[in-house]
Amino acid sequence: MKNKEQIMTGAEIFFECLRREKVEHIFGFPGGAVLKLYEKLYDIDYLQHILVRHEQGAVHAAEGYAKASGKTGVVLVTSGPGATNTVTGIADAYMDSVPIVVFTGQVPSHLIGNDAFQEADIVGITRPITKHNFLVRSIEDLALTIRKAFYIASSGRPGPVLVDLPKDVINSKCEFIYPDNMEIRGYKPTIKGHINQIKKAAEAIANAKRPLLYVGGGVIMSGGSRELALFARENKLPVTMTLQGLGAFPGTDELSLGMLGMHGSYWANQAVDNCDVLVSLGARFDDRVTGNVDTFAKNAYKIHVDIDPTCIDKNVIVDIPIIGDVKNILVEMTAEMPKAPDIQDWWHQINEWKDECPMQYEDNDGRLRTEYVIEKISEKTNGNAVIVTDVGQHQMWTAQYYKYNFPRSNITSGGLGTMGFSVPASIGVSFAIKGRPIFSISGDGGFQMNIQELITAAAYKVPVIFVIINNSFLGMVRQWQEMFHGEKYSFTDLSASNPDFVKVGQAFGIESFSTDNPKEVESLLDKALAVKDRPVLIEFKVVKDDLVFPMVPSGGSISEMMVKRINSKRMTLL
Amino acid sequence: MKHTISVLVENHFGAFDRIATLFSGKGFNLTSISIGETEIHDISRMTVVTEGDNQILDQIIKQLNRLIDTIKVVDLTAAYHVQRELALIKISLSKGSMEQVKNINDIFRGNIVDITNNSITIEITGPPDKIDAAVNVLMPFGVIEMARSGIVALTRGEQTKKTIKNNSSESIKKKSQLIKEPK
Repeated sequence: MKNKEQIMTGAEIFFECLRREKVEHIFGFPGGAVLKLYEKLYDIDYLQHILVRHEQGAVHAAEGYAKASGKTGVVLVTSGPGATNTVTGIADAYMDSVPIVVFTGQVPSHLIGNDAFQEADIVGITRPITKHNFLVRSIEDLALTIRKAFYIASSGRPGPVLVDLPKDVINSKCEFIYPDNMEIRGYKPTIKGHINQIKKAAEAIANAKRPLLYVGGGVIMSGGSRELALFARENKLPVTMTLQGLGAFPGTDELSLGMLGMHGSYWANQAVDNCDVLVSLGARFDDRVTGNVDTFAKNAYKIHVDIDPTCIDKNVIVDIPIIGDVKNILVEMTAEMPKAPDIQDWWHQINEWKDECPMQYEDNDGRLRTEYVIEKISEKTNGNAVIVTDVGQHQMWTAQYYKYNFPRSNITSGGLGTMGFSVPASIGVSFAIKGRPIFSISGDGGFQMNIQELITAAAYKVPVIFVIINNSFLGMVRQWQEMFHGEKYSFTDLSASNPDFVKVGQAFGIESFSTDNPKEVESLLDKALAVKDRPVLIEFKVVKDDLVFPMVPSGGSISEMMVKRINSKRMTLL
Repeated sequence: MKHTISVLVENHFGAFDRIATLFSGKGFNLTSISIGETEIHDISRMTVVTEGDNQILDQIIKQLNRLIDTIKVVDLTAAYHVQRELALIKISLSKGSMEQVKNINDIFRGNIVDITNNSITIEITGPPDKIDAAVNVLMPFGVIEMARSGIVALTRGEQTKKTIKNNSSESIKKKSQLIKEPK
């Protein structure tokens, strides 16, 4: 159980714990309360510290790292503002169930509550947005707390855990004991699904006339993509994915219907509306997926597989809940299937929907469009790149037009919808993934929200291709203003105030290009993909007022999609 | 419908706040909440009274269970259980009202815990509806101020006790030996 017991300082214990948790990278920014840790870090060679330029960037980088690798991302920041700057990133990780551990410095114990310099009650602040958090009150608790933090973050439904470290705790000494086995009496995630429930579900699927698999990020997190492919292919089941689920099943596979929901494909949403058995795998019936919950898959018998019991019956009441790890459950369900369902008519119907309203965009006027850029990136990389998107129109277009081949290739801020996610997250990805192209795709608005991390990218020579989809607008907000808010483009027009992105890139020492010509897209991508030892930036100046279609208006029924611009006046403007 | 939920939680700082934060953050109704020690030194019992339809109740219980600091969550409403609340009620005294207040106090089997020339404080214990009834009757005399403890509750008898024992107390004891919390 114990290694050779020895007396160590708090800082030594801290890094010894990280070493035992096999942490290889930490993203951080130093400050007064964590000076002792950084002093120790100076001599440590078994992990790499990546210096970001803003603490929010550290958390997003750790998220990107965790999502791409499946390992737990680690953040180290100082107290007060250092800690509060992590809040958006932590909330983002909480919504998207990303395993990260955030270590924050804290003022010495005796000053806590005194409004000391750089003091913030970060444990109180982050309580509703962490899976769990700790304030380490004495040096004796340090090792066990760190052990618990990694265990909680990475097990069950993953999530962020924050550990607050008062300065005096780090400075004091005690005997180092690291427990091998971890058991927390109030925390026992269910891994194995109930076999009777699985049997019932298998039977329902086998007898279904119009079954549909609705796949979320849980499948990727559990590492169950291969099991999903096996299950779907053996039974010829149609697969639709949520934004976070993209990559769980190959987008080019004939069984894939692409994404469902607000900006999902017409045929995927029609399939949801008409299916008779809906199998939700590691998805949570988010409002961007369901639209109006009362009409969502209204005639379907619903099976819901999830590791988090609170997801069951939260938004949509289901018929067969199965709590457990989706990978294990898929293996068992495949074994329990009495026969493959007979669903030729169903496939016929789905293919008819595909022909009725295919994904399409205007491309005959010689102007550059985001859809075209994404299609070309998808073609050039054969769907093998890691794509880190920001939030907004480009995010939806990427979801629609990039054909992901592998899990952990689609890294995006889904639940919280954090603009500024992509740039730092892609830097995190680059420390986890070697040998595959990494694209960071942002809009011109979101790109500027964590633009300072470009220097991190340049300093560490990360091989990330930064793509800016510049339509000189906060595009998604503009889209809603046009469609639902009387075309009052209130504070969304950035055309007069945007910087020259090529000069910005160059100022950070990054080779930068710009074009508004569709004919140059391929050659620029070729040029960028040839660079493998440093970042490259490409600005694509696209049509200003394009809208993302198809679309289900917020709260509407997903069977009723808007497929093109209705307003004829604006049509002529195009 | 009102539900009484009994929650065993880790007896350390923050656990109470986590539960309160959960109720406010998720918009769950919180009628009363009380917390105190149990027979096990590092476990506290919280008794929460809440309101909502079945789906909301289901969520409340699942969300409580999901917290790392909660060890056991039981909805006592359907179980055979006993619940008590304590109220301290301070009533202003006027000419001749003393006798009447004392009578009411006797009827509700309360205790007189403080008295001055102008006021009398009585303590009443019982299920919440009994306290409501007492307050209603005492109101016309002029209630100066009042404090209610919130409900505490336990399941009745052996049968339910046994199931709880199997599921929690025993295993909790075992678990608490398993994981040694350094002081």
